[in-house]
Amino acid sequence: MMSKRKPAAGRTWPTHLALIILSFVTLAPFVWMLLTSFKTFEESVRMPPAILPEAWQLENYRIVLGKFPFHLFYLNTFTMMGMTVLGQLIVCSMAGYAFARLNFPAKEFLFTLCLALLMVPGQIFLVPHYDIMVKLRLSDTITALWLPKIFSAFGTFMLRQFFQGLPRSLDEAAMIDGSGYFGIYARILLPLVKPALVSLAILTALASFKDLMWPLIVNNAMDKMTLSAGLAMLIGEHTTIYPQVMAGSALAIWPMIVLFLVFQKHFIEGIALTGIK
Amino acid sequence: MRIRHDKRNRRGETLAGYAMIAPLFIGLAVFYIFAFGQNIYDSLTNKSSFGVPDFVGLANYVKLFKAPYFYQSLQNTLMYVLICVPLVVTFSVLAAVLLNTGIRGTGVYRTLAFLPAVTLPAAIALMWKWLLNYEFGLINAGLNALGISSSVAWLSDPKVVLFAVSMVFVWGGVSYQVIVLLAGLQGISRSYYEAARIDGAGSLKQFRYITLPLLSPSIFFVMVTSIINVFQIFDIIYLIIPQYSSGTSASRSLATYFFEEAFMKFQKGYGAAIAVALFVLILLVTLAQLWFQKRWVHYDE
Repeated sequence: MMSKRKPAAGRTWPTHLALIILSFVTLAPFVWMLLTSFKTFEESVRMPPAILPEAWQLENYRIVLGKFPFHLFYLNTFTMMGMTVLGQLIVCSMAGYAFARLNFPAKEFLFTLCLALLMVPGQIFLVPHYDIMVKLRLSDTITALWLPKIFSAFGTFMLRQFFQGLPRSLDEAAMIDGSGYFGIYARILLPLVKPALVSLAILTALASFKDLMWPLIVNNAMDKMTLSAGLAMLIGEHTTIYPQVMAGSALAIWPMIVLFLVFQKHFIEGIALTGIK
Repeated sequence: MRIRHDKRNRRGETLAGYAMIAPLFIGLAVFYIFAFGQNIYDSLTNKSSFGVPDFVGLANYVKLFKAPYFYQSLQNTLMYVLICVPLVVTFSVLAAVLLNTGIRGTGVYRTLAFLPAVTLPAAIALMWKWLLNYEFGLINAGLNALGISSSVAWLSDPKVVLFAVSMVFVWGGVSYQVIVLLAGLQGISRSYYEAARIDGAGSLKQFRYITLPLLSPSIFFVMVTSIINVFQIFDIIYLIIPQYSSGTSASRSLATYFFEEAFMKFQKGYGAAIAVALFVLILLVTLAQLWFQKRWVHYDE
């Protein structure tokens, strides 16, 4: 499909040049982060700066891993992501199926209510969310990180669209075979919307991974922090040792980059899906 | 017989429907609908971290409309929108068109271009905080070496901070939108381009008369999501600009203002009022978007 569009030979260099500039601008900050993370503090503040570290040393990584419980940051972040994804897939796929396939009183009203929530910015819920978490004695827990996030209007809306795209004859055939509504949902339709579930899982995981404000608000104990909030701790008000900060940043970003490189196709499909109505 | 059967069926369907939306709506009721009302109520109290809050009527809103910080953060937020949105849209369209040419090495270029989309915004902020460092940052070193200018205080000069934050936002924000736009581009039928080429239209003409109009739904989507994202800009500012520094008020957005008041000074009632203001603004943007969509966007059948 791609090869059909090959531009006429000899005219490709402007495109290459533009793409190389684009790649350089994208990549350079990452490269500088990595290079700095291997430098000593003295090297990092030398002017004019040397590009490569004199000796590639892992001291900064050792210090950062010693100062901050990164193993817990990873564990907390992935628990939060996993629970958010799992919760959303269950809650939203059930509701999405019901809205797409079943008739019940006030359905339109309830669905419109769901859509209306999509327009409300998250900040308006944060003060109450924090108070609810304190009341439930859940502040400074991992549960607090994901519990409010599994009830997603967006996920419900998205999955409803996919359920609607499936032929009704599937439901009818299953009904004749004696399946109940839950059986139709769980055994017949859910396997067929798997691509949509994968996309939603990726979008949700990514959003959960990136979120900073909520983890920062609800959890103050160091051992209950996520990578995102942990990085905020790294940059203290006192003097900052950038090689250590860069080492910490590198430690925080690699898991998602590796996941992306492995599941690139799914990531792209998932994100692309948000733009298609 | 038949009627009874239908009735029972319908009751079964209703029960199944309610049962299956119940988990969602219990959650929405507690965490969104109740929370929304609670926030409105909180905004009418002097709630802080301690003690029982008193009802104060509209006092928080009166304070808000008198606070110079509110106006400045509103103005800053609008500036972020005005600077970031056109840049994000322009660069993401350009990058997507380049990545859609199918040139050799596209796979590699594409993977690289998507990296910021999967990078923690907190890490993006720290990376750039280091690049933009006044004394030892690579960017000032580069400017000095090229003799273009003396060092710029990117993160503390009140005249510059807003642009520095915007630059970082754009760098981090383009990537995600490129993915959305590439999907839009791949949906455009090749036959349009072939017909145009036969008619002798060059690349620029093809871009102007085929790509741009047929991509307009995706471009519009990118624009709307960028506007809504920029209205809530927080992470980068919070991590890149030190609190109580000379760059703080010149870079403060409504979302950082909200966070500072509600969760750093623990003026939760006042913070709740800021959140309401942000909600009203985004509501207006959403309504404007629905209105404009009918006029601007060309949907290909």
